[in-house]
Amino acid sequence: MLSYTLKRLLMMIPLIFGITLITFAVIHLAPGGPVEVETEMQLKASAQAKENLKKLYGLDKPLHVQYIDWLKRFILLDFGKSFVDNRDVFRKIVERVPVTLTINLLSLILIVIIAVPVGVISATRRYSFFDKFSTVFVFLGFSTPTFWLALLLMMLFGVNLGILPISGIQSIDISGMGPFERLADWIKHLILPVGISAFGGIAGLSRYSRSSMLEVIRQDYIRTARAKGLRESDVIVRHALRNALMPIVTILGLSVPGLIGGGVIFETIFAIPGMGQLFYSSAIARDYPAIMGILVIGAILTLLGNLLADISYAYVDPRIRKSGR
Amino acid sequence: MKLVHITIRRFMQNRLAVAAAFVVFVLMVVAALAPFLAPYDPVAIDVHDVLSPPSFKHMLGTDELGRDVLSRMIWGSRVSLRVGFIAIGIAMLIGIVVGSLAGYYGGRVDAMLMRFVDIMLAFPTFFLILAVIAILEPSIFTIMVVIGVTGWMDVARLVRAEFLTLKERDFVVAARAVGAGNMRLIFSHILPNSLSPVFVAATFGVAGAILTESGLSFLGLGVQPPNPSWGNILTSGKDNIVVAWWLSLFPGIAILITVLSYNLVGEGLRDALDPRLWTTDKGSNT
Repeated sequence: MLSYTLKRLLMMIPLIFGITLITFAVIHLAPGGPVEVETEMQLKASAQAKENLKKLYGLDKPLHVQYIDWLKRFILLDFGKSFVDNRDVFRKIVERVPVTLTINLLSLILIVIIAVPVGVISATRRYSFFDKFSTVFVFLGFSTPTFWLALLLMMLFGVNLGILPISGIQSIDISGMGPFERLADWIKHLILPVGISAFGGIAGLSRYSRSSMLEVIRQDYIRTARAKGLRESDVIVRHALRNALMPIVTILGLSVPGLIGGGVIFETIFAIPGMGQLFYSSAIARDYPAIMGILVIGAILTLLGNLLADISYAYVDPRIRKSGR
Repeated sequence: MKLVHITIRRFMQNRLAVAAAFVVFVLMVVAALAPFLAPYDPVAIDVHDVLSPPSFKHMLGTDELGRDVLSRMIWGSRVSLRVGFIAIGIAMLIGIVVGSLAGYYGGRVDAMLMRFVDIMLAFPTFFLILAVIAILEPSIFTIMVVIGVTGWMDVARLVRAEFLTLKERDFVVAARAVGAGNMRLIFSHILPNSLSPVFVAATFGVAGAILTESGLSFLGLGVQPPNPSWGNILTSGKDNIVVAWWLSLFPGIAILITVLSYNLVGEGLRDALDPRLWTTDKGSNT
C-alpha cells in the first residue's frame, strides 16, 4: 500500500507542472497583460509608471523567464500580493479553504447516505414504482440549474416562511450565544448551501450506484450465493453491495472538481466566504495573482481527491491491494 | 446505413425520448421565429409598468425596467440554442481530433495527449471558464469558445477508446493492406465507425453547455444586459426576490425543460445505439 501511494504521489508531479503551465498561459491571454488592468482605473498613470510596474512584476522579461520566476516563487508558496487589497494571496486562499472543504465534505456525506441506498433499492426492485420515481428524480436532478433551485428555496424558506437565513455562515449577534445556540445557528446557515450543492450529486450517484448494482447482481457469484440458500438480505448487503460500492468510490473522487467549481455559484448566492466566492470576486476584479493561485490550488485539491479515491479503491479491492501495484 | 435505420426505429419506440425530441424541435422553431413570436420588443423599457405581475397584457410579467419577460425569454432561447450547439461543436471537433490521433498512433503521441487530457481534467471546469471569461471580455462569443475549449476531454477519451478497438479490426487491416494511408484510415474508415458514442456525448453536452451559459449569465459573466438570456433574467429575479417571484420562476422552468429534453434525447439515443439492448427488438430474450 505504501509503495502504491508513493508511486501515485510521484505521478502527480508532472501533472502539477502541467497545471501551472496552463494557468500561466491562461493569464497571459489577457490583451496588454496585468499591468493594463491595474492602471486602467488610474487614467493619470504615465508611460513611465507603467514601465515601473512592469519591472516590478518582471513583465519586461521574456515569457519563459517570467514563468520560471513565477514557478520558483510558487513552490515556496509565495503567490504574490493581491491587486485588490495588497494582502498575501496564499494567506487569502488558505483562510477560505476550511469553509469550502467543510461544505463539500458535508455534501459528499449527504450524497452518499442518500444516493447509495436509493440506487441499491432501485436496482433490486427494478421497474417498481420506487425505481421509476427515483429515475424521474435523477433526470430532474441532472437538469435543474442549481442556482435557480437556490433562488426558489431562498424565496420559500428565507423570504416567505422566514425560517432559514439566506446569507453568510453565521448570524451577526453570534457573540452573545452559548455553544449550543452557536451550533444551531451554524447548522441553520448551512442547510440550504449543503443541500443544494449535494442535489446534483445525489442524482448522479444514485444513477451510478443503480447501474453498478445491476451489473453486480447479474454475476455468477450472486447466483451461487442465492443457490446455497443465503437470505436475500445477506446476498444483497454482504455479497452484492460490497462489490457494487467499489466503482462508486472512484466516482466520488471524480466529483471533487465539480463540487469545488460548483461552489462559485452557490457561495456567491448565499454570500459564503469560501474559495468559490473568493474566486468569483477575484475574477470580477481581474486580480491576477489571486486567480492564478486559486486555479492551481483548486486543481491540486482535485488531484488529491482523485488520489484519495484511488487509494481507498485499492484499499477496498483486495485484487489491487494484494498485487502491490 | 442500416445502423441508422435500426437506431431511428429503436429511438421511436421510446415514447419519452420522442416527446423530448419534439420539445427540442419546438424550442428551435421558437428561437428561429423569435422576432415574430415575441409580443414586445425585448429591450424596450417602460417606466410606467415596472415589476408588474403576470397579467393578460404581460403574460409572464415585467422586470425592474418594465421589459416584457415573455419576450425576453423568447429571444433568450436563441442564446441557449446558439451557445449549446456552437460550444459543443467546438468541443466535439477538438475531442475527435485529439482522441483520433491518440488512439490511432498510440505510443508516445497517445501518452502525451492523454497526460494533457488529465491535466485539463484536474481543473475545476467552472474555475477555468470563469478565469478565461474574466480575462477576455464576457460576451456570447467568448462563452461559446470557452465552454468548447474546456469541454472536449471526455469526447477525446471516448474516441480514443473506440479507435483502440477498431484499429485492430479486419476491415481496417484490409484497408491498410490495399494501401490506404494514415489519414484515409483515420477519417474514412475508423472515425465514421466510432461516432455513435460521440453523438450521445454531444447531446448531453448541449444540455451541460446550456446550464453553464445560464450560470455564467446569472453571475453577470455571460450575455451582457440589455441583451436577454435566461440566466440574466434570473439575476433580476435574485435582485427582486422579495417582490417579484415571476422573474425567478419562469426562466428557470425554461432552462429546466430545455436541459431535461436534451438529456432525455441523449438517454434515448444511448439506449437506441446500445447493441446489448437490441435483443428485445426481435422479441426473444426479453
